[in-house]
Amino acid sequence: MLLRHTTTEIKDRTALTVNPAKTCQPIGAMYAALGIHGCMPHSHGSQGCYAYHRSALTRHYKEPVIAATSAFTEGASVFGGQANLMQAIDNIFSVYNPDVIAVHTTCLSETIGDDIPQIVNKAMAEGRVPAGKYVIHANTPSYAGSHITGFAGMTKAMVDYFAETASARTKTVNLIPGFVEPSDMAEIRRMAAEMGLETIMFPDTSGVLNGPMTGKYRMYPPGGVTVEALRRTGSSLGTVALGHLASGDAARALDVKCKVPCQILDLPIGLGATDRFVDTLHRMAGVNVPDSLTFERGQMVDIIADMHQYFYNKRVGLVGDPDQLLALTKFLVSLDMAPVYLVTGTSAGKKFEKHLRAAVAGVPHEVQIKVGGDMHLFHQWIKQAPVDLLIGNSYVKYIAHDEDIPYVRHGFPILDRVGHSYFPTVGYRGGMRLLEKILDALLDRKDRDATDITFELVM
Amino acid sequence: MTETARSQTAPIEGPDPEKVKAELLAKYPPKVARKRAKQIIVNRLEPGDKVPEINANVRTVPGLMSQRGCCYAGCKGVVLGPTRDIVNITHGPIGCGFYSWLTRRNQTDPDTTPDGHNFMTYCFSTDMQEKEIIFGGEKKLRQAIQEAYDNFKPKAIAVFATCPVGLIGDDIHSVCREMKAALGINVFGFSCEGYKGVSQSAGHHIANNQIFKHVVGLDDTIGAGEFRVNLLGEYNIGGDAFEIERIFEKCGITTVATFSGNSSIDAFANSHTADLNLIMCHRSINYVAEMMEKKFGVPWIKINFIGAEATAKSLRKIAAYFDDPALTERVEAVIAEELPAVQAARDDIRPRTAGKRAMLFVGGSRAHHYQELFRELGMRTLSAGYEFAHRDDYEGRKVLPGVKVDADSRNIEELDVCQDPDRYRPRKTPEELAALSAKGLEFKDYQGMMPEMPEGSMVIDDISQFETDLMIEKYRPDIFCAGIKEKYMIQKHGIPMKQLHSYDYGGPYAGFKGAVNFYREIDRMVNSRVWGYLKAPWQTNPELAATYAWE
Repeated sequence: MLLRHTTTEIKDRTALTVNPAKTCQPIGAMYAALGIHGCMPHSHGSQGCYAYHRSALTRHYKEPVIAATSAFTEGASVFGGQANLMQAIDNIFSVYNPDVIAVHTTCLSETIGDDIPQIVNKAMAEGRVPAGKYVIHANTPSYAGSHITGFAGMTKAMVDYFAETASARTKTVNLIPGFVEPSDMAEIRRMAAEMGLETIMFPDTSGVLNGPMTGKYRMYPPGGVTVEALRRTGSSLGTVALGHLASGDAARALDVKCKVPCQILDLPIGLGATDRFVDTLHRMAGVNVPDSLTFERGQMVDIIADMHQYFYNKRVGLVGDPDQLLALTKFLVSLDMAPVYLVTGTSAGKKFEKHLRAAVAGVPHEVQIKVGGDMHLFHQWIKQAPVDLLIGNSYVKYIAHDEDIPYVRHGFPILDRVGHSYFPTVGYRGGMRLLEKILDALLDRKDRDATDITFELVM
Repeated sequence: MTETARSQTAPIEGPDPEKVKAELLAKYPPKVARKRAKQIIVNRLEPGDKVPEINANVRTVPGLMSQRGCCYAGCKGVVLGPTRDIVNITHGPIGCGFYSWLTRRNQTDPDTTPDGHNFMTYCFSTDMQEKEIIFGGEKKLRQAIQEAYDNFKPKAIAVFATCPVGLIGDDIHSVCREMKAALGINVFGFSCEGYKGVSQSAGHHIANNQIFKHVVGLDDTIGAGEFRVNLLGEYNIGGDAFEIERIFEKCGITTVATFSGNSSIDAFANSHTADLNLIMCHRSINYVAEMMEKKFGVPWIKINFIGAEATAKSLRKIAAYFDDPALTERVEAVIAEELPAVQAARDDIRPRTAGKRAMLFVGGSRAHHYQELFRELGMRTLSAGYEFAHRDDYEGRKVLPGVKVDADSRNIEELDVCQDPDRYRPRKTPEELAALSAKGLEFKDYQGMMPEMPEGSMVIDDISQFETDLMIEKYRPDIFCAGIKEKYMIQKHGIPMKQLHSYDYGGPYAGFKGAVNFYREIDRMVNSRVWGYLKAPWQTNPELAATYAWE
């Protein structure tokens, strides 16, 4: 047994997290910053932070992940990190020449109280930031929020630093995709383009973290939102933000700063959420939904109808980040599946929990929910009453292995399979892929467990 | 100059290393260039194994993109990570515990200890929140230790401090003492805040100190076995320690404790009863060996089980130390039995690898050890360097008296260890030691990497992303070895990259079977078809027009 000390009996824990279902804010900020074209993410803290974040993102994407660090020593921790950040800014611009340095803080620099804007202003006053180059920042202490709120913080920083108010509105729609895969970002853009819309997506890691092998390494790949496009977000017609927790702050900030109205929706995972996404674009921009998208939608409905018997009433355990968890839960319920154990590590608030409870209100099983929970508790629930399917990141495979439960990888991080960065799970096509993955897991198990007599050719 | 170095002093092909060095430095601001100039060295070999001085174990330059991690990573991640039966609680925000959760591939076999405890698949954290940063985290830590005990009933709990813990002044050691008394099990802490020192290396030192202080020597039982050794600085990545243990068993050598691959805290407690300490990774573990010798009289020698020849040589060193004819005979028999399969694999593969060129930038010992395996494949190391090593790992321990201790290193505690009045037991008389030295068995010595590298090869300490990129461009090596952060950047250049931290999820590469695994792996990598697919047909012959028709 891999998790041999996990007991069925649940003892209350208030201080000890075991097998977390979240990680810290800075990695989310780093990921978001990689979605700006020509950007060097910078971790203002000890070098361990950036090493860990780069390693985790690299393992998840199997792609180069660039970032720099202030490399605090004990001295910097006592006297403040200003000198380190100044030196880093000098070195980064002279050696790596990015368009933007996106600084995020850490528990270390936040605890000692380093004031990033003050340091950056000093750097600018001293001429350390070349003309036409930018240093932006987000406060992301690791002792608050999670990787998701860190992502939200850096996304909001893009608005705070770059969005410009304009006298005239364009017909462009801003898309804030949330903490999703590069493949998902590309799919969201494709769907909007299919509707004939001009869009600006930020951040946008497609083409950055799923790049090709060409024999030439490009430190700043062609993908990512440009600074010029970020400026124009302030004159867009409106903003569609996907995922309340990851994208809401930036959308609201843009509304406040530049009066760009926003719609904050669930991540477009599953039929209903995708319908709402498409319908929102249709209303906001006043464009027709092309037959091509309606066709894709119909294909998705077709799979659900054809295979409904295999979904029906299956008990599912889900661990994921809040926006994903909510959208996936609604999707599973819409398939007549029964999501019974729901855990997110991020403390996403009472409102989030209320939405999640509402989503499972009609599920004919007792449903356990823990917002701000961990995978150890999740595993104990499963030991008490099993499920038919698990959905979560790669760490869930230890539970799946021990309990012998079919398992679909979804979320962050996925360290042991490829595909997530190339094939989306959002939109109708992404929905079809998710359906395929769920069916593969369930039907492979059915095949495995069938006797010689009950083994089926056609399913 | 050692024999291996002498045998390959052919000039390095490609651009002149001094010119490349100048080009590497030209991009840097003057102050940075001055500093890096002392860390980028073109190797020279002078009589008496003298090599040029290299600056190492110095601060990372902010903004340059180094490979390094932090003190916590070296302590919790590297040294204590592979010990399966301690509940390791990270006291701090969630990230540090999360990132060090199962990411280092330390294999372990819990069925080799009677209680079968294994907590390595778990991540324990106090998930510190803003409230604790403001009001202190000791209360939460105390409660977390209690909950760990209530839920898991371990025989030991260790606490690891992260950056904010040191800043807000939580006294983890007093909490540990208190909980040790309350629970009646061993509870101890590590002040391994990430900002300490200049790299993981500080964390190794802190881990060594605390394990020595709180665990080594707790169990004086002298176990079975005639030739009892500890294997130090072997972390069982991909099963390396298993392969070494297999060979030891065949030879009749008993491993009392491995620090810390496939290890149990019980073995650490008993490790001072061994008669010889064998050091694999000198950088991360030499402190325990030094302290064990001072306090208990266990001598140490440097060995290396990376490379079949090196493995045979190391086994012979052990046999020479014990100076027992039966052991010597068995060791020779095992070498004779194991080498033919290795030789056969080498004969098969070498024609496809000979003459190819490698670069290695990793860790504190592997950039040295793995040159052995490349040599066995007929490959040459153009350039190498460590991520977090010190001058002695480059130039040999003979430079130790002259190594400057800067403020960052001075902050790491040096334990004051003295002879144990009851348990100090010299394993050999001074005369015996002198006789063994005269026969070539060097005690307390490590020659370092540079004396074994050819003239003109470039040695780069704490290489940056920019330097990596330029070295690849200038020399186009056939294979590059580093870690996960470097992996895909290098492969985008169209050059195969072998991870020497995680072994790319392969291994073992130690010992005889490991050598064969490594030969096969390098053969696969440097001869893979994939590197021929980088250009599409229309990119290599753009003028081609509609001539694909059947003739």
